[in-house]
Amino acid sequence: MKLDTSGLESFPSLISHGNDVVGEFEAPPSFELPNSNDFDGFLKEAIQMVKPAKGTTTLAFIFKEGVMVAADSRASMGGYISSQSVKKIIEINPYMLGTMAGGAADCQFWHRNLGIKCRLHELANKRRISVTGASKLLANILYSYRGMGLSVGTMIAGWDETGPGLYYVDSEGGRLKGTRFSVGSGSPYAYGVLDSGYKYDMSIEEASELARRAIYHATFRDGASGGVASVYYVGPTGWKKLSGDDVGELHYHYNPVTPSTVEQEMVEATGP
Amino acid sequence: MTKQHANWSPYDNNGGSCVAIAGADYCVIAADTRMSTGYNILTRDYSKISQLAEKCVMASSGFQADVKALQKVLSAKHLTYQHQHNKEMSCPAMAQLLSNTLYYKRFFPYYAFNVLGGLDSEGKGCVFTYDAVGSYERVGYSSQGSGSTLIMPFLDNQLKSPSPLLLPAKDAVTPLSETEAVDLVKTVFASATERDIYTGDNLEIVILNASGIRREYMDLRKD
Repeated sequence: MKLDTSGLESFPSLISHGNDVVGEFEAPPSFELPNSNDFDGFLKEAIQMVKPAKGTTTLAFIFKEGVMVAADSRASMGGYISSQSVKKIIEINPYMLGTMAGGAADCQFWHRNLGIKCRLHELANKRRISVTGASKLLANILYSYRGMGLSVGTMIAGWDETGPGLYYVDSEGGRLKGTRFSVGSGSPYAYGVLDSGYKYDMSIEEASELARRAIYHATFRDGASGGVASVYYVGPTGWKKLSGDDVGELHYHYNPVTPSTVEQEMVEATGP
Repeated sequence: MTKQHANWSPYDNNGGSCVAIAGADYCVIAADTRMSTGYNILTRDYSKISQLAEKCVMASSGFQADVKALQKVLSAKHLTYQHQHNKEMSCPAMAQLLSNTLYYKRFFPYYAFNVLGGLDSEGKGCVFTYDAVGSYERVGYSSQGSGSTLIMPFLDNQLKSPSPLLLPAKDAVTPLSETEAVDLVKTVFASATERDIYTGDNLEIVILNASGIRREYMDLRKD
């Protein structure tokens, strides 16, 4: 099945298409179509495959002093907000954190399971597990369930003997080591703020403010993110929760309301 | 070749709504008693509430066959725990057990939307709210079921408690007294009954406090 796209050509081609190199560029535009009887159904299934990320904004980055982890707290079921107080930063153990994006139950269950495995590793080997090792444990489990519908987009952040560590692990079985990640439907907005303000040599206060701002801006523009912006810091002595601020209040903190002169005059006129 | 779709589903939705509110030293759990399928009412007199432990009560809406099976599984696990640890399970422990039980059927879920209510080890009211596959959180109040989208905004308006994620932390339990909370629950169900066809008939309220457990019933519209 091929569509007639002669209407898309703006002018008749005068140059002969003998040359192989430029042939593709000068060919008339056309849409490639799948070989399918049920085109509509095929499209519906294709859209399901590339469905937008679950409603969430989480981010984590490594800087000079350690790792900063931040997340919003909204859970949505379609268009309904099922909770505004979901804990999306999961405390795996006193020196490792995991973030939650995707299916809440999947993330909660497998992070708890990871915490158990990390503890067993400590008991068996008389030393703490590395962030590399912990993320690999989780990635291997998720890979074994690949294709079965689990939805997990998580970052494992921690401090081990090699220093700060940050890995992105997802339910497709992917595992990436990195220094800056943001996961969720609000991540494009968070990346914008995070990438433009990031410097490796930030202090803890500057880094936590950057993380908080990035989450705030994502919740402002993304309907599926909101609630409370939590910021955690992971340092050599373990993780510490730095702040938990309602994003509605953060909005007025960043955009203070000053009554205009006209409003003030009108208030006086209607006074007693 | 278009995808074949099943003609039979193992699930059904029997409707109904549940609510739980946590107080400083009490917990109120309530559910209507209507059981329906499609546009038919199967019975006006079905309890969705089950007492799992001395200080722990669960209310579940959704597919009642799955709910019944879930209640039985939890009782059995609780009995095992009592034999092994020589004590009853606390409400937060039961909450974790329920979450795990639900998740172990992640690929063929219990079609049950639960709220768990009770008193924690300090005697403070606690409410845990769940989705069908076991994700849970401790909250000050919650509602689940067919009327939850009608009930939740009203509870948010009356009871909106500060999020437990805020730092510095603020207490999540409602400042209401026990009688005020029970009155609120009655009001909430009367309103939900007006606009949700699956909610009505009778309201069963369970109140848990330091002196034990108490039940109250109230008539709701039967249409």
